[in-house]
Amino acid sequence: MTPAPTAAEPGAAPPPLLTVEGLTKHFPVRSGAFGRKAFVRAVDGIDFEVRPGETLGLVGESGCGKSTTGRLLARLLEPTGGRITFDGRDITHLGRRELRPLRQQLQIIFQDPYASLNPRHTVGKIVAMPLMVNGIDPPGGIKRRVQELLEIVGLNPEHYNRYPHEFSGGQRQRIGIARALALRPKLIVADEPVSALDVSIQAQIINLLRGLQRELGLAFVFIAHDLAVVRHFCQRVAVMYLGKIVEIGDRDDIYTRPRHPYTRALLSAVPEVNGSARERIRLVGDVPTPLNPPSGCRFRTRCWKATEVCATREPPLVGDGDGTRAACHYPEQGPGQSVVDGREGAMEGRAS
Amino acid sequence: MTVTPAEQAAEAAAVGAGGVGPERELIGRSPGRLALMRLRRDRVAIVSGAMLLVFILVAVCAPLIERLYGVGPLDRFPDRLDANGFPLGYAGVDADHWLGIQPGIGRDIFIQIVYGLRTSLMIAFTGATLTLILGIVLGIVAGYLGGWVDAVITWVLDLVLAFPFYIFCFAMVPLAVHQFYGPRDQESVWFRPALLVLIFVLFNWTSTARLVRGQVLSLREREFVEAARASGAGLGHLLFRQLLPNLWAPILVTYSLNLPSLVTAEAALSFLGIGVLEPTPDLGRLISDSVLYIRDVPSFTIVGGTTLFLLVLAFNLFGDAVRDALDPKSTR
Repeated sequence: MTPAPTAAEPGAAPPPLLTVEGLTKHFPVRSGAFGRKAFVRAVDGIDFEVRPGETLGLVGESGCGKSTTGRLLARLLEPTGGRITFDGRDITHLGRRELRPLRQQLQIIFQDPYASLNPRHTVGKIVAMPLMVNGIDPPGGIKRRVQELLEIVGLNPEHYNRYPHEFSGGQRQRIGIARALALRPKLIVADEPVSALDVSIQAQIINLLRGLQRELGLAFVFIAHDLAVVRHFCQRVAVMYLGKIVEIGDRDDIYTRPRHPYTRALLSAVPEVNGSARERIRLVGDVPTPLNPPSGCRFRTRCWKATEVCATREPPLVGDGDGTRAACHYPEQGPGQSVVDGREGAMEGRAS
Repeated sequence: MTVTPAEQAAEAAAVGAGGVGPERELIGRSPGRLALMRLRRDRVAIVSGAMLLVFILVAVCAPLIERLYGVGPLDRFPDRLDANGFPLGYAGVDADHWLGIQPGIGRDIFIQIVYGLRTSLMIAFTGATLTLILGIVLGIVAGYLGGWVDAVITWVLDLVLAFPFYIFCFAMVPLAVHQFYGPRDQESVWFRPALLVLIFVLFNWTSTARLVRGQVLSLREREFVEAARASGAGLGHLLFRQLLPNLWAPILVTYSLNLPSLVTAEAALSFLGIGVLEPTPDLGRLISDSVLYIRDVPSFTIVGGTTLFLLVLAFNLFGDAVRDALDPKSTR
């Protein structure tokens, strides 16, 4: 990406809202009763940035470190290394008190709408919680602000006094979104916000998030494993594999011209609606354990293009000039090889 | 969520009023209210609850009962005993002494039981409540903070569990009494009850603490706790606003099952002679006194034993009913 300008002058690209450099999180585990300490390298040195009002999709299969990244960004986990800069401030190791003003600008939406709402609190209390915790008394009172928020997310403000168990999954997720909006954040980390929901409800929630983004100018880090949802919602996409970003770039580049073999394999696994026969790349084997990731390129154990150099040298995340960066010694070439050509036209209208 | 226009109007009116008072229409049913509804439908709960209520009322109103009954717990009636100290007539029962007269010492048994209930319940409730507070605080802190705090609390907990309760009491009660009173001093009336409460709290907080700790361990990873943390909530808010409301169900159950066990323990200690002393009336000591006369005046033992039995049974049944109401999915 272009280096951030020192001042935000009109017309120039705004400075990134969130910059992540070399972020790592290693979880210590002990193998066996007296085994020596080992580390699960959940997130192992990732870099990306998010500009104001932008949506970055973070995709990858289960266990690749997406959710850990989200929790690191919201500072629910303490990073092992690297740097997180938010709005020009290094927030990597701030304490709770120093984090407070920042937390009002960086909120998180959770995956499981059944676990993310306190079952013993009323909806009003849940949505008001961020305001109470931060001692904010909005004009008109907390109750009015909460009802306003409920209305914004498409809930009946009269449901103020109900309990979470009286709502459906989609409605609960709306409550979670209202809670995240309570502090008027600039960035929301959405940790698989729709993967626990019905497909029809997924669309509603995604459209709600899009509307909010447009109206409130929110930036999103959108964590998902559903590629269709990410394509629909995100402007930029980062693909993760085993704790690393293997490819990052604009949505259309990623979806139409994937350069990393893993991205290509991932995209080829998306089910096809129009039934056109398309070669599906079958990856053999499982994701290696993050306790002891493969040397060199982490994807080489399952990559059909891997050679010796992949085992010895870790490919850097480099771009070829069009904004997309991929970490591969043998990137896929040109759109001719794209596996999603067939449906590109079909998706184009919706993805704009 | 289908809402009729009439309901909507009512809700709008209630919102317009802005108060918290008469908004019955839109107040949701809290899990606690649902449990209360289930409890009300449970016949065992109703019967045992009513029994408990009677026992508690009797204990609370003991002085009133004394006045109406006309006999005090310390009044003696030597004229109602024969030369050997046995009560006249059948166990001494008559219009003035409903449950008869205590052999030997000549006191009225009914008022002894009334005041004995008072002692028992007072010690049990105080003990159980303090136990609860200590258990909750230690359990919630150990469970949420983890690390060395958890290690220390769990270690102390295991240590306490390893102590044999009654042997400890036999060893410690005389020592504690000796510490405060000389051989000829008269113990203060509240000293023994306070000592018993202290011992009960020291020995009983473990079950509550362990339970709360386990629950917190499973709750602290839940996303609503993380949501609160992500909003910048402090430890106090997390523990007592987010976690504690979710712990009331199991806490209430341990509390209601702790009460009868404390009633029994108190009675047992008094029976063994290291509990409540004369002249404070006590159920355990009453039974202990009655055992001497079990051949000649069996009704004395039966009356005291039955009262204690019914009290503990009512507590246990009600505790079970509370558990069923709070967690309808659990099986017996």
